[in-house]
Amino acid sequence: MATETAGTEVEAGMPQLDFSTFPNQIFWLVITLVVIYLILSRIALPRIGSVLAERAGTVTNDIAAAEELKKRAVAAEAAYDKALADARSEANRIVAAAKAEMQAELDVELRKADSEIAALTAESEKGLAEIRDSALASVTEVAKSTAREIVNVFGQGADASAVDAAVEVRIKG
Amino acid sequence: MAGEAHETGGLTFHPLDQFIVKPLFGNCPPVDHSAAEGTAACVPPEIHWYTITNVTLWMAIAVACIFLLMVVGSRGRSIIPTRLQSIGELLYGFVHKMVEDVTGHEGVKYFPYIMTLFLFILFANFLGLIPMSFTTTSHIAVTAVLGFGVFIVVTMLGFVLNGSAFLGMFWMKDAPLILRPVIAIIEVISYFVRPVSHSIRLAGNIMAGHAVIKVFAGFAAIAAISPASILAIVAIYGLEVLVAGIQAYVFTILTCVYLKDALHPHH
Repeated sequence: MATETAGTEVEAGMPQLDFSTFPNQIFWLVITLVVIYLILSRIALPRIGSVLAERAGTVTNDIAAAEELKKRAVAAEAAYDKALADARSEANRIVAAAKAEMQAELDVELRKADSEIAALTAESEKGLAEIRDSALASVTEVAKSTAREIVNVFGQGADASAVDAAVEVRIKG
Repeated sequence: MAGEAHETGGLTFHPLDQFIVKPLFGNCPPVDHSAAEGTAACVPPEIHWYTITNVTLWMAIAVACIFLLMVVGSRGRSIIPTRLQSIGELLYGFVHKMVEDVTGHEGVKYFPYIMTLFLFILFANFLGLIPMSFTTTSHIAVTAVLGFGVFIVVTMLGFVLNGSAFLGMFWMKDAPLILRPVIAIIEVISYFVRPVSHSIRLAGNIMAGHAVIKVFAGFAAIAAISPASILAIVAIYGLEVLVAGIQAYVFTILTCVYLKDALHPHH
């Protein structure tokens, strides 16, 4: 095949088995590994580790903060509900108190009105009784005088007082 | 990287050329065949342990990418991450969870080491998928250092943490007494095979995929086959993207499993 050997190249089998290059490769490999190790252990790994830890911390904190805020929101809602219930019961209480007060005032006024009505009734009853009494007296008087006159007309000079007594008995009977 | 100085004409299969380790600087210029013979031959530079090679370049690019993703990407430290930062966090969380799930809480302090392995392999694998790039994890030299490194550290850790009780890992208390020595021998052998399989698995997977792509690319030179060949390259490339991620994951989780054995040998 290729007649020209490319000048300086080693043609004896695999370059991997060319032991003359081993010290060179091993030397540079060791240098490389040490440099990578120093880069990683001094700078890169602590930095990335701290970033990852910080991120985990941030996420945890944020979740905790969200939990806290949620708890506060629930508490605020409870407080609001409680205030609402308090206000409602307070309003009920005020309404009841006002109602009771009004009832009391009404009762007093009613009682006053009742007593006034009773007084007026009593007064008018007294008036009526007087009128009835005077009417009765008048009736008696008229009956007596009428009876006297009738007796006189009949010509019998009757005793006036006897007539009166008789009339009186009749009226009462 | 410039390396393919082949003339067209005929099939040129050099599927392994992509794995050649070469210096970045001071290379010979491409050989000019028309030039007169006999000019002073250019001597290729020797590769010493400190030579800056394409290995250095691509490992440095991997380091730069890791720096970009993990450090620059997370510089905002935002609670709501940017795209780059969330990729970094995803990888962090992925490996951290893996370490914690497999090794338990005691293993978490080894997380930076495992993260180092994971990111290096992941980026080396993915950078190797860039055309014309060099794949560092395709070399057994690299993966063997990773695999045997894990093996030696984990074994030492096992003895330091558990003392000689660590050897109890090989002595199955549940097995019948007669079978225990046999099982112990098998367990010891399998324990020592771990680093070999650990390293060859990674290098083999990565190398095989890249070599197969190159073979198909060689066939693409033939006009009649090239459409099928290019389709095959696309398909294998897709497979290789999967393999790159999966091998990084497999290497990491096996490291976690070995670490678990060292932390809790009685399971």
